[in-house]
Amino acid sequence: MAAASKIDPMHQFQIDALSGGALDGSPFAFTNSALWMLIVLACIFVFMWGGMKREIVPGRWQAMVEGFVEFVTGLAITNIGKGGRKYVPWIFTLFTFILFSNYMGMMPFGVVESAHPFAVTGQFTVTGLMAIMTFAIVLIVGFAKHGFRFFSLFVPAGTPLGLLPLIVPIELISFMVRPFSLALRLFVAMIAGHILVDVFGNFVVGGLNAHTITGYLIALISFIFIAGVNALELLVAGIQAYVFALLASLYIHDAEHLH
Amino acid sequence: MDLASAKVIGAGLAAIGVGAASAGVGNVFGSFLQGALRNPAAADGQQGRLFIGFAAAELLGLIAFAVAMIILYAV
Repeated sequence: MAAASKIDPMHQFQIDALSGGALDGSPFAFTNSALWMLIVLACIFVFMWGGMKREIVPGRWQAMVEGFVEFVTGLAITNIGKGGRKYVPWIFTLFTFILFSNYMGMMPFGVVESAHPFAVTGQFTVTGLMAIMTFAIVLIVGFAKHGFRFFSLFVPAGTPLGLLPLIVPIELISFMVRPFSLALRLFVAMIAGHILVDVFGNFVVGGLNAHTITGYLIALISFIFIAGVNALELLVAGIQAYVFALLASLYIHDAEHLH
Repeated sequence: MDLASAKVIGAGLAAIGVGAASAGVGNVFGSFLQGALRNPAAADGQQGRLFIGFAAAELLGLIAFAVAMIILYAV
């Protein structure tokens, strides 16, 4: 890339059809997003399979998987409270899928030509679907378990009657915006990190191509900066998966116990 | 002022919100650390609340970023 060319950080999130689609006139295409979802699934499968040997004395791999499962189970049960165990599969699915796709999206496979990783969680459709499914679980469980008493969720305990016309709309809005905020947080966090790394990666290439002292200096500073940002992004990828699972279990707690 | 320069200036102004959210996130972790150092025994039990506060503060910064991106690319 020439130094003067325009940086296009959004290009990495473009969904391209790998087969089907426009090729044979079908509206269903196998895209790079689908491919990377399958790769993430294969990684999760291998990770879990390696730890499911059920040895009495766990090896390293089994201890790793057991610790992982126990962490998510503890997260779900402490935050949902009584009756939380039946939601563990969904929370665990969310956590593992988000964590693995966040990390797979950051892997430096791009050193091989045309093997650029695709951040699956950098698509609002993917995170939005997970958030909507969580919200659907909240609504279904809430109405099935409490009936119309579920609406008492919008009236915090001990609210003075005079404040009800003010409190109820606020609580209703904050409840309805939950799936949106849940999805937006993960999606934008991933987009922001990838854009940052992409822009400074272009600075490195552009600085090296400039063949001047200033150019090399900018390339060096940008490279050090990228190393730091990547370390931060590793942290963010884990925190976002944790926060998504945590908030999902808190919302399910509301449906299960009404405050 | 033409539309292209107005867009760039608007996106820059929207990015101020990201900085403000960084102050919020710093406040969340700083306050947690202050409390945790006074009573380390109670700190581990509050980690869930720490991340809820972090998520709420961070979301607003991310929304500011999303607004900047929408101004730059989608308007």
